[in-house]
Amino acid sequence: MSFLARHPVLRLIASPQHLWRTVSLGLKTIWLHKLRSFLTALGVVFGVASVVAMLAIGEGASHEAQEQIKKLGSQNIILESVKPPDSQGGAAETRSMVIEYGLTARDIEQIRRTVPGISIVVPSRILTEIIWNLDRKVDGQIGGVLPIYPQMRNRRMLLGRFISDLEQQERLPVCVLNQSAAAKLFPLDTPTGKSVRVRGYYYKITGVIEDETKQGGGGGGGSSSSNSTAQIFIPDTTLNDQFGETFFRYKTGGFEAEKVAFHEAVVRVNDTAQVMSRAEAIKQILTTNHKKEDWRMIVPIELLRQAERTKQIFSIVLGSIAAISLLVGGIGIMNIMLASVTERTREIGIRRALGARQADIVLQFLIETTLLAGVGGVIGVVVGLAIPIAVSHFAGVTTVVKAWAPALAFSISVLTGIAFGIYPARRAARMNPVEALRHE
Amino acid sequence: MTESQSSPIIKLVDVRKSYQMGALTTQVVQGISLDIHAGEYVCIMGPSGCGKSTLLNLLGCLDQPTSGDYFLGGKNVAHLDDDALSEVRCRNLGFIFQSYNLIQQLTVIENIAVPLYYRGASDKEMREKAERLAAQVGLSHRLHHKPNELSGGQQQRVAIARALVNDPLVILADEATGNLDSKSGQEILGIFDELNAQGKTLVFVTHDERMVRRCKRIVRLEDGVIAHDIPGGPAAPALAAAA
Repeated sequence: MSFLARHPVLRLIASPQHLWRTVSLGLKTIWLHKLRSFLTALGVVFGVASVVAMLAIGEGASHEAQEQIKKLGSQNIILESVKPPDSQGGAAETRSMVIEYGLTARDIEQIRRTVPGISIVVPSRILTEIIWNLDRKVDGQIGGVLPIYPQMRNRRMLLGRFISDLEQQERLPVCVLNQSAAAKLFPLDTPTGKSVRVRGYYYKITGVIEDETKQGGGGGGGSSSSNSTAQIFIPDTTLNDQFGETFFRYKTGGFEAEKVAFHEAVVRVNDTAQVMSRAEAIKQILTTNHKKEDWRMIVPIELLRQAERTKQIFSIVLGSIAAISLLVGGIGIMNIMLASVTERTREIGIRRALGARQADIVLQFLIETTLLAGVGGVIGVVVGLAIPIAVSHFAGVTTVVKAWAPALAFSISVLTGIAFGIYPARRAARMNPVEALRHE
Repeated sequence: MTESQSSPIIKLVDVRKSYQMGALTTQVVQGISLDIHAGEYVCIMGPSGCGKSTLLNLLGCLDQPTSGDYFLGGKNVAHLDDDALSEVRCRNLGFIFQSYNLIQQLTVIENIAVPLYYRGASDKEMREKAERLAAQVGLSHRLHHKPNELSGGQQQRVAIARALVNDPLVILADEATGNLDSKSGQEILGIFDELNAQGKTLVFVTHDERMVRRCKRIVRLEDGVIAHDIPGGPAAPALAAAA
């Protein structure tokens, strides 16, 4: 029917030509008042930019947490020895020259025997030493570990192989370098088959392992190896034989000796759901065994939970900012459109006299508002994509832009335009044509 | 008046219009009955406040009578809803205003095509018709100019082309020559004569004596009723003034 064919919305859908004509009229009107249009759209720009940035930073936080957990292993509980703060000040009561702290063999044994549902406990010792290759040296850590270490920590071998069970049993002087150590000590040639020296001991290199990814490690892209500490790994048995249980270290005032049985232990829980309860059990054992706070427990799953919480807080804060700026932006658009409707009363009267229906007028103004918000949305998306890049660059926070995020933000801007455009458009359409024509 | 054989294009039957202003009701049009036939050239005159603008608005379907019937082309349009009235304005009526009322951001050709746009015409039809009408009013060389780049006479010619574009039953004008200098006014009056000669029906509200001399019929309103309904012609201004 001709009536249906004349309905403005149907006509827009039916004829791309007509749609383009209506849209280009809207664009023309927006372009006519460039500065005003820009200022009007600014609110939407900020709103959309913060939506995009919020999603990118939130996704980044959760992505980072997941990466971290992948590295640490979601089934793992990591125990670390920490030098207790009060022993730093000279241990006045004991008068002992040797500071003794950290996880002990008894702890490990007890955990192994009493906590159910855990498969392996891998303790390791870590010393800070200077590592040599001929006259090249690097400050680094030497770790005494079990052959299962790479699997437990999800670290890939880049070259060669890790320490074997036999080497561990036979207490052989072999080692594996991490990437950083390999890069610093063997910048030009392949390290495998060669040896490094720590104090007076030589270790034959069997392979190179990737660096440990620490939290906030450089955002996206290859984290530079210079950020990581050089590490070498030797069999724990070898370490005990050669370095004993007490380590001496030079300090500015003289000697300092410390006795640490294990610097680190990784407990693997069979069932991921049980990690938290097992962590609680281990915590109790360690609290009973240790008077001082000389140990620390890291539960990767809990890290995830914390990251999720951070993400949530971020989403709430930025979400509110986004909502408020979109609201303000929407009100700004509505305000300007109301002014524009008044300003163009005459035009509305003319159009009505020439046969425009109320729906035609509504559509004209609504398309204008939507375009205004849409243009604001596009600018907002561009700004919003720039923010995460700047944030990762300057704050070193990982950000992840999902493809749907800009699309969502843009849709929100268009919806804002429509929502806040309806009232001015209806007001324009409802005008009495006679009075509108008389308007000066 | 002698009734012609054909039915009138415009037929008003006891049309009244009143406005409510607070507690006060003002009767502006107080029972007008009027027949206008195809090809007539009618001038509506009268002192200010006599209701001639209101009558023109009613004839133009911009306003609706409080009571009475209005048949336009045989169809009663007195009680149509807003959408149907818009459709009537779009297809059956052409408007010419004193202050031209062109849309400033549109070019000449776009202004002429506005009624076609609301009728849902294709791009091709819009372009062709608008170009043809622009040529008819002598503006072929100004197609892509904006109204503010044109003289008053030229702007009014754009408005005439626009009023003709949907081939309406009636062309309505409110003081079409009121804002023009005498030369431009003369040109516009010439175009009206031509249109009437082609058989177009013209209903104009005017004070312009030259127009009154040219028209075929004068309807003089006083206090919302028809005071005189006399033939136009060279002697008409004196008659109308005396009446």
